[in-house]
Amino acid sequence: MAARIHGGAATALSTFNPKKLVAPSRTNLPAARSSKRCIVAGGGSDASKKSLSVRHSQKLIANAAVATKAETSATTGTGHELLLFEALQEGLEEEMDRDPHVCVMGEDVGHYGGSYKVTKGLADKFGDLRVLDTPICENAFTGMGIGAAMTGLRPVIEGMNMGFLLLAFNQISNNCGMLHYTSGGQFTIPVVIRGPGGVGRQLGAEHSQRLESYFQSIPGIQMVACSTPYNAKGLMKAAIRSENPVILFEHVLLYNLKEKIPDEEYICNLEEAEMVRPGEHITILTYSRMRYHVMQAAKTLVNKGYDPEVIDIRSLKPFDLYTIGNSVKKTHRVLIVEECMRTGGIGASLTAAINENFHDYLDAPVMCLSSQDVPTPYAGTLEEWTVVQPAQIVTAVEQLCQ
Amino acid sequence: MAQHLKSSSKSILLNILRHNIGFSSPSHASRHLRHNLPHGPLSTRLAPNLITRYCNTMVDTLSSIGSHEDTNSQVMDFPGGKVAFTPEIHFISESNEERVPCYRVLDDNGQQLTNSQFVPVSKEIAVKMYSDMVTLQMMDNIFYEAQRQGRLSFYATAFGEEAINIASAAALSPDDVIFPQYREPGVLLWRGFTLQEFANQCFGNKSDYGKGRQMPVHYGSNKLNYFTVSATIATQLPNAVGAAYSLKMDGKDACAVTFFGDGGSSEGDFHAALNFAAVMEAPVLFICRNNGWAISTPTSDQFRSDGVVVKGRAYGIRSIRVDGNDALAMYSAVHEAREMAIRERRPILIEALTYRVGHHSTSDDSTRYRSADEIEWWNKARNPLSRFRTWVESNGWWSDETESDLRSRIKKEMLEAIRVAEKTEKPNLNHMFSDVYDVPPLNLREQELLVRQAIKSHPLDYPSDVPL
Repeated sequence: MAARIHGGAATALSTFNPKKLVAPSRTNLPAARSSKRCIVAGGGSDASKKSLSVRHSQKLIANAAVATKAETSATTGTGHELLLFEALQEGLEEEMDRDPHVCVMGEDVGHYGGSYKVTKGLADKFGDLRVLDTPICENAFTGMGIGAAMTGLRPVIEGMNMGFLLLAFNQISNNCGMLHYTSGGQFTIPVVIRGPGGVGRQLGAEHSQRLESYFQSIPGIQMVACSTPYNAKGLMKAAIRSENPVILFEHVLLYNLKEKIPDEEYICNLEEAEMVRPGEHITILTYSRMRYHVMQAAKTLVNKGYDPEVIDIRSLKPFDLYTIGNSVKKTHRVLIVEECMRTGGIGASLTAAINENFHDYLDAPVMCLSSQDVPTPYAGTLEEWTVVQPAQIVTAVEQLCQ
Repeated sequence: MAQHLKSSSKSILLNILRHNIGFSSPSHASRHLRHNLPHGPLSTRLAPNLITRYCNTMVDTLSSIGSHEDTNSQVMDFPGGKVAFTPEIHFISESNEERVPCYRVLDDNGQQLTNSQFVPVSKEIAVKMYSDMVTLQMMDNIFYEAQRQGRLSFYATAFGEEAINIASAAALSPDDVIFPQYREPGVLLWRGFTLQEFANQCFGNKSDYGKGRQMPVHYGSNKLNYFTVSATIATQLPNAVGAAYSLKMDGKDACAVTFFGDGGSSEGDFHAALNFAAVMEAPVLFICRNNGWAISTPTSDQFRSDGVVVKGRAYGIRSIRVDGNDALAMYSAVHEAREMAIRERRPILIEALTYRVGHHSTSDDSTRYRSADEIEWWNKARNPLSRFRTWVESNGWWSDETESDLRSRIKKEMLEAIRVAEKTEKPNLNHMFSDVYDVPPLNLREQELLVRQAIKSHPLDYPSDVPL
């Protein structure tokens, strides 16, 4: 994760100046299709990787709305359409093909194919040594993955639901996050810990957890959240290739999103945010499922004459303060929309980071819309009201832009 | 795995199973097929590149019928296999009538028992084993004293457990990966970690491989396949299972070995790791140093089973109880266990009975919860060093002279190592922020700048021996 300090308060994460590069959108990618090059979306993690394209593209508006595929098929041309869970599987399969050290461990990931079908077909292809079904003990198989990683494998550890990974907290915090440091750099732990989280459809309080709030403090790990099939595949691949332990947050309700993604290989930068919709009036920061609520609200806002800039922060630890900062400097107003609880969530940390770094650029206090500090109710109507809805987003924007 | 068989042979096998074992459904039979395959090489039946974890497994086919010759006993199958059932209501006793016997080779005085079975040890190995036991004991002594003098911040000794440390290390190969708890520096010592390297870690200077980040005795060496000690109890057990799994996937002639204490066997990770190792058929040795105490908790307050060895069976793991103060017995047990683990791809549990002669650590005064006489007795009468020395000497491989030569050499080396380690610079301040990730991210670099700024404005508050 190379970094460069860009002037005074602004903080840069990319190693290049985006203005100098031609920033092709995904619509330009088919031109490069002849050579099967790996396209790194965004800055590379070390100087030797050349960044060829940038995701800060102007032409991504079409895909930002909830699962609309009509616009994309006309513009992108070649590529193939798939659902988000298939995109994750494709990314995983490509990495397993590429590197024999990549393996998967978790409950029911083998012949059952995973409870959300992300590992479907992999056990048949790679054998059950590489796609390992484990007994029910999250701490144990996370610990196992860490031990295997220290001996040279690159495990992808699946939690059937992110909430279950609370049982693995000890291994994740004490061993996963720390052992690279306490061993003096002698042992690396290139694991990927992934699983679905967030509020689903009446899954009950224990299965609707937002683990990103609990894990964000652990030093030594990186956290990313995917939200579209494109970034799901890209982030999965990038996470597997990273030498750091990465926690990839998926969302239970996003697995069936359909999108057309490029045929050629690509990965997404783990530390970069995604510009979903550029705008002038207000910066809306969000991630995962809330992106879609925000984009829905954006339609209403556009009709009302507002021009919101929507950024999917994607990288939950560390924050891409470069992209966020540039946006804040442009719009001077920030609204954070998240699914975490009010107390101690990603929004809370992000608010603090923005206030600390960009205070002078703000015309209004940073506003954060989050879920209430209650366990998620089972009743569908109540559950809906614990999650931020587009109407509330519209109201908040109107309030901020007065 | 069943789907890799050709359909004709698969259906034949299923039919055989159905008739011999009596399954209620074909799918049930095929699940059983995965677990109870006949002995013999299975590679011919599988697709060439796929090695499933059920390959080469010598599964003990448990006889479900046993000696139930009673005409009333019938057999039923449930998921998991056939069981005989009985009309008598009978609870399995909470303990066997007799405790599991303990394997030993030498008696308390170091004389070889007449009908003892053991793996022979060459002169070189025996002499190195004894020398390293002496070195370990002296190293512990001197570091402990250094802590008492205020030169070290913390230390934990391995007094009384030298045989476990050294003999187990001697029976392993350098490729076997070690996941220690914190009372096994002897394994590192055997593999070639020098006294200077130990001292560097304890003093946290810039030559420490851990870059001064951990407390003393939290050694780690990539080169010697000894994973950095993590202070949390028993978390290394699942790590070891993962490493064993990785070794099995690579087909290496090596196993994972992990150590823990009687207290560690209460942690959830112990139970989970044993279960996992059995299911994964992972080549891992679980070596429990049952030294009677977990800080101030005696084993009677730790568990109510017959020690740790009986827990192996609960998870389907082969186990043995060894006299941990008998170097030859430890050597043989670990040697045999290692062979079994690698050849048969199974975990093995070894409970080494011993006594923790020292305090839990320098933060503990064990005379507060046990009698000084008890400690003294174990230190003098049941000392692993004197027992092994008698045996080594009886072979003509050791003498008083070699002993005193060794001791004076080690003492000199230790004092020199401490002197050098104390003088060596501490690691640079930037190492507080490096290695958290592979490359320091922006927020950490910012935080480092803030620290440096703070130091600039308050230079007198900053320690003088940490270079900037």
